[in-house]
Amino acid sequence: MIRFLLRRLAWSALVVWVVATSVFVVYFTVPHDVARLIAGRQASEQTIQVVRTRLGLDRPVYVQYVSFLGRLAHGDLGESFLTQEPVNTIVARDFPVTASLALGSAVLWLVMGVGAGVVAATRRRSRTDRAITGIALGFYSMPTFLLGQLLLYFLFFRLYMAGIEFFPPGSYVAFTDNPLQWARFLVLPWLSIALVTAATYSRLTRSAMLDVLEEDYIRTARAKGLTERRITYRHALRSALTPVVSQFGIDLGSLMGGAIVTEVVFGLPGLGREAVLAITTQDLPIIMGITILSAVLVVVANLVVDLWHALLDPRVRLE
Amino acid sequence: MTTAGHAAIRSRGPWELAFERLRRDRAAIAAATALVVVVLVAVLAPAIAKAVGHGPGEQFLDVGLSPSGIPVGPSRAFLLGTDGLGRDVLVRIAYGTRVSLLVGVLASALAVLVGTVVGIAAGWYGGTADRALSRTMDVFLALPFLVFALALVAVVGPSLTISVTVIAFFSWASVGRVVRAQALSIRELEYVQAALTLGAGHARIMFIEILPNVTASVIVYATLLIPGAIVAEATLSFLGLSVVPPTPSWGNMLADAMAYYKVAWWFVLFPGAALLLTTVAFNVLGDSVRDALDPKHDPSMAVSAEEAR
Repeated sequence: MIRFLLRRLAWSALVVWVVATSVFVVYFTVPHDVARLIAGRQASEQTIQVVRTRLGLDRPVYVQYVSFLGRLAHGDLGESFLTQEPVNTIVARDFPVTASLALGSAVLWLVMGVGAGVVAATRRRSRTDRAITGIALGFYSMPTFLLGQLLLYFLFFRLYMAGIEFFPPGSYVAFTDNPLQWARFLVLPWLSIALVTAATYSRLTRSAMLDVLEEDYIRTARAKGLTERRITYRHALRSALTPVVSQFGIDLGSLMGGAIVTEVVFGLPGLGREAVLAITTQDLPIIMGITILSAVLVVVANLVVDLWHALLDPRVRLE
Repeated sequence: MTTAGHAAIRSRGPWELAFERLRRDRAAIAAATALVVVVLVAVLAPAIAKAVGHGPGEQFLDVGLSPSGIPVGPSRAFLLGTDGLGRDVLVRIAYGTRVSLLVGVLASALAVLVGTVVGIAAGWYGGTADRALSRTMDVFLALPFLVFALALVAVVGPSLTISVTVIAFFSWASVGRVVRAQALSIRELEYVQAALTLGAGHARIMFIEILPNVTASVIVYATLLIPGAIVAEATLSFLGLSVVPPTPSWGNMLADAMAYYKVAWWFVLFPGAALLLTTVAFNVLGDSVRDALDPKHDPSMAVSAEEAR
């Protein structure tokens, strides 16, 4: 287990390094003059030179690279070109929003997806199964931002026009301020991400369950006289969850993408919207910081999933 | 002499059988029909524009907007209503179809090409090469596509080429993983060993011996990649990272619609419906192609297998 853990840790560090380096290469080899951009349109050559020196852009690339990595190793993401605010501060401010969005929708999609998959598999070829499969296909084909817009239109706007103000539109209330309002404001964003992703999980759980239900040990369990319920949830679902867990590890990356569009659609002040806004202002350190941070988050999440996986299924450790 | 009796039995290859199954699948026929319509709309976009007399970028500030500057709803003049600048939504959707199909098909083709080559190589060579390639694919699968697309576009600027490249860059790994798994088992088959004994080189074994046997799953995968690529392009467009306005794409139309959804439902619903129809059709067709090529997945076959027990 220790060896497995060390190998995985080394691998994670390697991935983060590769990501950080690619980000550096993209930003420092693409021909654009960062200093000129920051100095503004009317800046004189001297001003641009001053800015260049201050940002350390006049040093050789390898020196910049080393200092870039050095800062990263200390957890310093640099500062905004425009406001000089440390990117760490910006990221720390936005993080709770994105984390709330991501965690809530991950829980929701796992529950909905696995639940629907189990129901569909145990009632194979029934009308319920067909309905679930059909609905899943629809959501599976749906872009997150479109679902967000539709939810916004039907569940917020139409209901609002009808005098029912249950789902508020985009805004954010911190969990620590008011947990109830926090959840209320996040319901629609959660659903936008969760429904799209849950569709994959219901398909995956359904086929994994169908395979497992054919196994001999399930027949044995039935022969022992266990209830169907116990067989489904205690015996079958447990091993059917293995592919679900691996898929979950993969999807944590796309979760960040889902968060970006959902934040834009619902106007949530999270990391994703920050990055999109930073593109319009060409505030590169913010974009770089968020990119590297999300890579770290994905790698850490994958590490956790891998460990969980290794605990569930000892064979994984040998790989 | 039994030749007369045998003549009636025609030998049918796996492709022919698959095509037969596909033809009898009603969902597949419906999806294929829908896709033919989508392709026709894309091809005939200029003709549609001409027929209704509105160009894709033409702004009808007088008749296309209400006196208070709000888009007008579906009417005889504008069948699917207008957008915030008084442009014809129908014509713009038709032109947007071109972008979606072009990016969807090109990006998938590129991803399939790279994924197949890498997958076969990993499966055939095995050992260290396989470990390195598999690990690389894992990284590509786990990295947040949209965040990276965002970071890249922020520097190089949005364009159609960038969209195709970025989407292909982040989808080849899923093809590679599937192809690798297959190549890994095919490589142990006797005919491959025979080819090796006969002195076939690496390239010959990979592309003449193994490739034909992974084609079926590659086709299935390609069909299922296209809707994903279309969604990805629409998402990039929605964020302003792909096709630059005034060129219409479904994604940038939906982005514009964000400002008007309270007063102009048609502006959200029609481009949204076009997008959803296309992706659902591709997904249904992809599922059907998979069922047709792999009889184990064929629902009717599964029933008979169950009844046989």
